[in-house]
Amino acid sequence: MTRNPADAEDLVQETYLKAYRGFGGFEEGTNLKAWLYRILTNTYINTYRAKQRRPEETALDEVEDLYLYRRLGGLEAARVGRSAEDELLDLFTEAEVKAAIDELPDTFRMVVLLADVEGFSYKEIAEWLDIPIGTVMSRLHRGRKQLERLLYEFAVSNRLTKPVSDTVT
Amino acid sequence: MDADDPSPLSPPCKDALHELYHLLSGEVDDAKRAQIAEHLDECAPCAEPYDFYAELRRCVQEQCHDIAPPELLARIQAAIEHESTADSWPPG
Repeated sequence: MTRNPADAEDLVQETYLKAYRGFGGFEEGTNLKAWLYRILTNTYINTYRAKQRRPEETALDEVEDLYLYRRLGGLEAARVGRSAEDELLDLFTEAEVKAAIDELPDTFRMVVLLADVEGFSYKEIAEWLDIPIGTVMSRLHRGRKQLERLLYEFAVSNRLTKPVSDTVT
Repeated sequence: MDADDPSPLSPPCKDALHELYHLLSGEVDDAKRAQIAEHLDECAPCAEPYDFYAELRRCVQEQCHDIAPPELLARIQAAIEHESTADSWPPG
């Protein structure tokens, strides 16, 4: 979330300390992981986000549906005999996935991390970020598309596949 | 479904694709989920991207999963112990 390990460690430490101080506020029987992430998200927004503003909007609405699937389809076909899982793990290394996520504008990165990496519900994320659920969904929609495009760029730059022209044939 | 195919998507295909990310995120109710599952069983061009994006989700989750370094855990433990000796909380 913070884009650098030192800030990430500080954020985790601060989250645990706040959780320790506020443990009386934790309702037994509710989800502890969700409670901790709620504290973490708030702490991040209040402390870290201000110091790393980035342009939020880029021209990416032309990224079509199934962008990555359609562009890598040829590669899959070219790699007969390998399972889809092996191929994806090969295609996107840890460094590539993390670099792609770091490239996402802040507002998109947060919702993608919370929903697609950590698996929280749209409703939980809307509550934590104090935004309507429709805003969560539109940020996710754009963040996911941009992530697909960034992952594809990494795949191309690693020479695993050749760029496909914009008019998919 | 296919990019080569100039014909418009059938309503069930359109619906299945529209819900793809939401379904993978567990944000689709049971009735809708069953309806889409039924469609995917009989429509390979829709089932393939579902498999692809399910794998992509797994890949991103796995590659993003970090284990906290032991030094961090020690640091947090020390900070909490420091607080617990400074404060009267937790009681008992």
